[in-house]
Amino acid sequence: MEIEDPRPIPEPVVLPPPKTEPAWDRAAVAEMELALRVRKLDLWYGAKQALFGIDLDVPKNTVMSLIGPSGCGKSTLLRSLNRMNDLIDGVRIQGQVLLGDQDLYDPKVDVIELRKRMGMVFQKSNPFPKSIYENVAYGLRIHGVKDTRVLDETVERSLVGAGLWDEVKDRLKDSALGLSGGQQQRLCIARALAVKPEVILMDEPCSALDPIATGRVEELIFELKKDFTIVIVTHNMQQAARVSDFTGFFWLGKLIEVGLTKQLFTNPTQRTTEDYITGRFG
Amino acid sequence: MTERHFDTELKCMKDGLMAMAIQVEEMIDLAIVVITKQSDAQAEQVVELDRIVDAQEVRLDCACIDLLGLRAPFATDLRFLAGCLKIIPQLERIGDHCKNIGRRGLILNRQAQVLNPDYFEKMGQAVCGMVCDSVEAFLKGDVDLANRVIKADDLVDELHHQIFGELLRQMIKDPLCIERASHLIIVNKDFERIADHATNICEEVLYILEGVNVKHPYLHQDPHD
Repeated sequence: MEIEDPRPIPEPVVLPPPKTEPAWDRAAVAEMELALRVRKLDLWYGAKQALFGIDLDVPKNTVMSLIGPSGCGKSTLLRSLNRMNDLIDGVRIQGQVLLGDQDLYDPKVDVIELRKRMGMVFQKSNPFPKSIYENVAYGLRIHGVKDTRVLDETVERSLVGAGLWDEVKDRLKDSALGLSGGQQQRLCIARALAVKPEVILMDEPCSALDPIATGRVEELIFELKKDFTIVIVTHNMQQAARVSDFTGFFWLGKLIEVGLTKQLFTNPTQRTTEDYITGRFG
Repeated sequence: MTERHFDTELKCMKDGLMAMAIQVEEMIDLAIVVITKQSDAQAEQVVELDRIVDAQEVRLDCACIDLLGLRAPFATDLRFLAGCLKIIPQLERIGDHCKNIGRRGLILNRQAQVLNPDYFEKMGQAVCGMVCDSVEAFLKGDVDLANRVIKADDLVDELHHQIFGELLRQMIKDPLCIERASHLIIVNKDFERIADHATNICEEVLYILEGVNVKHPYLHQDPHD
């Protein structure tokens, strides 16, 4: 005798298609608009070659971390992106750095204008010995802006953008040198934001900060990428893993591997990358 | 290549997992004896050993979390520890199944055999072989062996169906054996689940070694194929 099951037959469950790829798969990345392209970039300090044929794409509104041991060329590349190496004697560069469609090493490029489009934040915060307000307004003033209303608005917007406004709004005329290390670094970020750059370059921006100040800057980076493209050099691999969408690993002047951060830190394709990020050398 | 203290810690983790696996393999051997030879002594022993395996699980879990938290590993180290964290409960569940077989054995040993012991001998050996091989694949980092274990699960499934069919025939033939046969159906399922856990271990081994998630192959197939 067959016993009938009294329960109603449930409707078949339609499962969503499985997500076997990371949120950004390779095809999606390939279609992203690029903010910055580096093509076959070689760089020499005198007779010593420091960068070898670097090819790097930085998609717009993303964070790209550059990691690698000291002396591997990551800061050299970062400085090449806004032509800061021009200031060093004996530097020779071949190849292209394209911001949008403009080759930054085209002799016609106005370097001052370029640095407005490519803001930079350094390892050690370097506020000018001026007031908080004047530090942020400085970039606009040297570009000839005199309108107080524009300056006030820009200072406020930049300090808000750098997450510093609430902490300093009542003492804008105080010296910037009176701020804490973390506040000074965020002031430098606000100073970079004031001139509305397209790309922000950060050279170990948190290496001199305590964990709380580091956390604030990292949160800020996350917010900033909505409006800017960020390239950050860091020795802190946890930081690279936390803040960046893409990571490039440098070794001996070569870009060994570049890819999605989650891919590179869980399953790198190159043995050298694996050995470095697991602390087997470096 | 830099010598890392972390490597010593990872080796300790591997050794701990090996010790747990040896204990579990011993439990499977005992479970086979319990069912095929109707041995009470072995049944009690296997139930007792489960406590040791449980304690090993807790200790290794803690050690794994400590290493993940303190070392914040990347790449192979991360995959190794993530894999360990998933292999440990698989071994613990194998221990549980053996304990369940032991407990059921204590009931069955007081009754006449329903099934030719050769069936469970064959099933037990196949399952035990899978578990041993899965542990070896983990310890030696052997991709081929891990893949072979995953394939071997089909044989155990086949044996599981055979034994189930045989027990069903016995019950139809002699309704008085229904209680004993019902216990054996559950024992049969316990063995089959142990093989599943060995398969799961090998899937983790493949993730550790190759960084590829091979679980649920149907998810990676085009549904229209």
